[in-house]
Amino acid sequence: MTADPDDELWAAIADPSRRRVLDLLVQRGEASASTLAGQVPFSRQAVSKHLVVLQQAGLISRRKLGREVLYHVDGPRLDQATRALAGVAREWDQRLATIKRLAEAAHEQAKTATTEHGS
Amino acid sequence: MSTTEYRIEREIVIDAPVEVVWRTVTEPDQITQWFADKVELEVTPGAHGYMGFGDQGGPVVVEAVEPPNRFSFRWNHPAGDEPEAGNSLLVEFTLAGEGAQTRLRVVESGLDLLAWPAAEKQRYGDEHNEGWGKFLDRLATLVAEHPEG
Repeated sequence: MTADPDDELWAAIADPSRRRVLDLLVQRGEASASTLAGQVPFSRQAVSKHLVVLQQAGLISRRKLGREVLYHVDGPRLDQATRALAGVAREWDQRLATIKRLAEAAHEQAKTATTEHGS
Repeated sequence: MSTTEYRIEREIVIDAPVEVVWRTVTEPDQITQWFADKVELEVTPGAHGYMGFGDQGGPVVVEAVEPPNRFSFRWNHPAGDEPEAGNSLLVEFTLAGEGAQTRLRVVESGLDLLAWPAAEKQRYGDEHNEGWGKFLDRLATLVAEHPEG
């Protein structure tokens, strides 16, 4: 099986706990694992595991500041994720708009035909 | 094994009765106008068909057919494989007649939760809806604030 880079990305953000961690990082800009652990209902170990997966997916990066390791969101990859999702949603919006146009036209036509027939 | 998952949910209100919308959503010669370029499809549960997009395309399998309210099919699964939960995208249309209008909802989801216990799946599903929207909003805000990273 070939590993699609998008698969890794989806897998990283599919888990609700992991999304929570990512959400917090998006809000805060930068934080340590301990800081994040203080704001979620799961253990610091769990937070660390989530951070590893998010980092592997290229969604976050880390830097050392003294003895602390700080994590921050990675703009380009998040941008890519957002675009991918927004793109799919937009496609469906366009399809629904087309269905609306088609159905309303068909209905108009049927009404007109009935009226002409009746008069 | 991957935990690839996503879910898109969209809705629109149409000024036409539910029976008319049903035909637009399910009849192959209508589907070619809003979805695929080429559609070979029998609207029967379990029926295997084909949808082509330009020079690409692939098999589809019809799941639910409950006129005029529910229609669903699976697509985007690997060629040669039987589409099922985990290897394909499920597209579900729900049509609700509201007087002279119809509320049309589409949900596209791809679930690969093979290793998940049932309780976890349930929780996941519950949390997903709200969490996803909020998450996307934040992502969109972030991207808007930091264009091009």
